Amino acid sequence: MGEINGSSLADIAFLLLIFFLVVTTIDVDTGIGFQLPPMPDENIEPPPVLERNMLRILVNDAGLVLLDDEQASVSEVRDRVIEFVDNPNNDPNLSVSPDDAVVSIKTGRQTPYNIYISMIDEVTGAYNELRNQASMERFGVPFSALEEGSAQYEQIRELYPKQISFAEPDEG
Amino acid sequence: MAHFQKKSAKTEQDIPTSAMPDIVFMLLIFFMVTTVLREVELQVQIDYARAENIEKIEQKRLVSYIYIGPELLGGGQVGETRVQIDDSLVEDLASIRQLMYDKLLETPRLIVSLRVDSDAEMGIVTDVQQELREANTLRINYSTLRDN
Repeated sequence: MGEINGSSLADIAFLLLIFFLVVTTIDVDTGIGFQLPPMPDENIEPPPVLERNMLRILVNDAGLVLLDDEQASVSEVRDRVIEFVDNPNNDPNLSVSPDDAVVSIKTGRQTPYNIYISMIDEVTGAYNELRNQASMERFGVPFSALEEGSAQYEQIRELYPKQISFAEPDEG
Repeated sequence: MAHFQKKSAKTEQDIPTSAMPDIVFMLLIFFMVTTVLREVELQVQIDYARAENIEKIEQKRLVSYIYIGPELLGGGQVGETRVQIDDSLVEDLASIRQLMYDKLLETPRLIVSLRVDSDAEMGIVTDVQQELREANTLRINYSTLRDN
């Protein structure tokens, strides 16, 4: 009989399998997604933003957070952003509509990175909460359950567009 | 006293193993496809920041990494904060613009993942971000771990 003994084939395959098992790193990459605003065009004047539509967040060199020039703690940022964007009581000092709301972020050169990340985390959390609420009201499912790119997803995203601007850094 | 007599098997008791190589090969091919063989060798020390509202990056092939952290000097010592892209440290921050622009031409839907040491200062991060804006690579991701 001219058959090749195939039993060692499994051994070879196992050896290769073990090699790839060992070198594979299944590390899930996690992070906070963010869209940078494009560089402003020098020839075009940026459209004016009403003072009430702008929430200025400044994180200074000492890591202190200032919301519209008032000192606040990082944990307050989330609720303040929600209140500012949604403006349920039509406060004349808060944004006209979620569509107009702009969150402006400014940092110092010595600002610790982890405080900046906690602040960004809070802002992202605020928008996630608002979108989740709107999604639950309209479609009965959380925002994260909506398929990316679907009509419903886009509708919620347009309702609460995440508009974040970076104040141009000071020189020196 | 009753004796239990062992029944002698009349049927074949061997499990057919001829399909085993196929199964193993299937697993093998799965791991070969998912493996990213060469991770970059880090020349800076990175201790990730933590956050709650994080998302997974699904399309790993679109991602390009920028590492920012104190330079590893060997012997457990660290030096000044440096920027690493791919396998080399960036000497001149202004060169990031061209580098990222070239990458953007290759992968139009590029996501730049910023892996920054949590003790770094914002100054260098802002500089890198300004360069990214100049290069028009606007989709970024701050790499963070889940807050426990």
